[in-house]
Amino acid sequence: MRNLLFPIKGALAFGFALVLLTGFGAGESLAERGRIHIVGSSTVFPFSAAVSEYFGKSTDFPTPLVESTGSGGGLKLFCAGVGEGHPDITNASRRIKSSEAKSCIENGVNEVTEVKIGFDGIVLANSKETPTINVSLRQIWLALAKEVPEGGEDGADLVPNPHKNWSDIDPSLPNVAIEVLGPPPTSGTRDAFVEIAMEGGCKSFDSIKAMKKSDKNAYRALCHTVREDGAWIDAGENDNLIVQKLLSNPGAFGVFGFSFLDQNHDRLHGSYVDGVEPSFENIASGDYPVSRSLFFYVKNAHVDNIPGLREYVGAFTDEDAWGEEGYLVDKGLIPLPDAEREATGKQARALKPMSF
Amino acid sequence: MNNAVLSQRMQTQLRRRHAAEKRFRWYGAAALCFALAFLFVLLATIIFNGAGVFIHKRMLFEVAVSEHHGDRYGAMIKDSWKAQFPEVTNRRQRRELYGLISRDAEFLLREHLAGVSVPDNGIVVLSVPFSGDAGEFLETDPEKRDAFSERLSPEQRGWLERIEASGQVETVFNKDFFLNADSREPEIAGILGALIGSMLTMCVTFLFSFPIGVMAAIYLEEFAAKGRLFRFIEVNINNLAAVPSIVFGLLGLAVFIGLFGVPRSTPLVGGLVLGLMTLPTMIIATRAALQAVPSSLRYAALALGATPTQALLHQGLPAAMPGIFTGAIIGMAQALGETAPLLMIGMVAFVADIPDGFTSASTALPVQVFLWADSPERGFVEKTSAAILVLLAFLAVMNSAAIYLRRKFEIKW
Repeated sequence: MRNLLFPIKGALAFGFALVLLTGFGAGESLAERGRIHIVGSSTVFPFSAAVSEYFGKSTDFPTPLVESTGSGGGLKLFCAGVGEGHPDITNASRRIKSSEAKSCIENGVNEVTEVKIGFDGIVLANSKETPTINVSLRQIWLALAKEVPEGGEDGADLVPNPHKNWSDIDPSLPNVAIEVLGPPPTSGTRDAFVEIAMEGGCKSFDSIKAMKKSDKNAYRALCHTVREDGAWIDAGENDNLIVQKLLSNPGAFGVFGFSFLDQNHDRLHGSYVDGVEPSFENIASGDYPVSRSLFFYVKNAHVDNIPGLREYVGAFTDEDAWGEEGYLVDKGLIPLPDAEREATGKQARALKPMSF
Repeated sequence: MNNAVLSQRMQTQLRRRHAAEKRFRWYGAAALCFALAFLFVLLATIIFNGAGVFIHKRMLFEVAVSEHHGDRYGAMIKDSWKAQFPEVTNRRQRRELYGLISRDAEFLLREHLAGVSVPDNGIVVLSVPFSGDAGEFLETDPEKRDAFSERLSPEQRGWLERIEASGQVETVFNKDFFLNADSREPEIAGILGALIGSMLTMCVTFLFSFPIGVMAAIYLEEFAAKGRLFRFIEVNINNLAAVPSIVFGLLGLAVFIGLFGVPRSTPLVGGLVLGLMTLPTMIIATRAALQAVPSSLRYAALALGATPTQALLHQGLPAAMPGIFTGAIIGMAQALGETAPLLMIGMVAFVADIPDGFTSASTALPVQVFLWADSPERGFVEKTSAAILVLLAFLAVMNSAAIYLRRKFEIKW
């Protein structure tokens, strides 16, 4: 009986020892962090991770740790302070907001370098079994908004969205039910889609555009609210899931990032928006209207303390990485135009702080 | 007469009751069949999708190591690869050609050259993986390769078929998948980093929650005065078991990382958070196991002069051990599959190195599944299923260990 109890007592003792050790050991391991710590946007994550991997393999620095926390979550961590416990870089699929900049300054993060790395297109795609459509931003908004002007007439009274089929909006569009699968409101892709595509279509009505000045909140609510009667379906954060659902339901459309269209271009095709095809060239040139810029932010105060931070920025802004034929392009990044890339790269490598 | 009618009615009734009995059994069997069918479909899909990972195609690549390239291994790979296709001249074709073999080739070459001396003719033979699309193309039955018409250009397909015909393609067991950590290139991404991360995390979880959970349960069950405070604690422990796991993540972020300064993204902090999450399950299971021990056993020990502690440690606890282990394993299995709390404490991350201790950066198996499922590259689809298989295997090993321990304790007592 005694020897039976031995392992139990041992485990108990060991466990308590470990609990005690946690308290003491932690401080020590925190004192020296040799590894770059990156947080931020899940859209930029694949690019950032690819650079980290290459950087780790081709230099003597340890591979940076890249966390996928979302743009907002990343900036919150990033702005929380200076020191070993705080990240060195945050990725973002939008520019830093003034409220975030304020919290950065409050916490002593005064010098931050902003690096714009390229673009991401947001596409409206469907299965190749059905033909492509050509929609305008105005038609996208009319199809997906919760309330629209009656009959699509400028200045008419607002009514709950009556459009059932695409052809109800415009006879040139197919006579199939409007069914759009897209990311939920927590996603950055959804934010960008709503802000660029929906608002873009919404303000093409002069009467609504006038509202922006008179009643900003009503304007935002009208332009940004997606209909809730089943025509728009929140399909979850996972873009691969949307791709799968489009394949099994050829009449439906999906909203996701260009890289997923690029990887599945044998099975899906993107809708023309305002007559422009969502292609690599059109997004890069800025002709395709639904695209956003991607960024990362570097904490300058960490540059001299975290080994490899300067070199990482160099590796990211290398032509082999973010150039027109770099490996990030293979991963789906749409590069900046040559002149802008050169200028941005120079500023980034010099770690020129931005003015908030 | 009357009797006959009565007996007939009884007969009918009896038949009806027997039929009801039979029906009820059928319901049970049908429910079981349903559950099994779902499990079967789930497992079959995962195995079907993931099986391709374990065998893959590699190329036996003759690389010319030349002096003038110095340590530019990428250039050596590109030159040797290009030399096989003299017709490739323009820039676009070169890009398409380089895209067929894994970007990891130059690092494999560097590693290889660090270990061996270059033979006199300057040729080393290297086994390199193909890049995602090219590998998938070669693994497809030649008659079904038309499906790749848009993913690979006609030239690329021609080159791949030529390489295949020349016998440079080998089909081997994919040991990279089991020996590598995560990568952004699907062809070299492996599970070992996440597997070790999960093991380390589970170690911490067990060592943290088992002793505390068992001691708390023993105190509550054997020594605590069953008053109002006791009932209050009891209700709260039961409630805690039902709290969504993300809440424990937030708690861990505030307490372990914020207050105690435990480093982010490490198995240590992950294990502590998951341990916290497992505690209520552990306490409830241990108490149930202690209650199930016949009190005659304890009374006998007390009557023979044992102190309450002795009666517990020598009789009650060993008898309850099988039940305690069952509870522990249920709690641990739950913890093994969690991603939500890990998001808050930085374990949803790209970690390209295999973790080597409790305080090195690490991720966990379910997180790896999540990250791969969310990647645009096609090659990650089958990796996702394969990672799920590894997760299930890990779970099976953990469960078998629990069953073994349970048996062992049961027999001895």
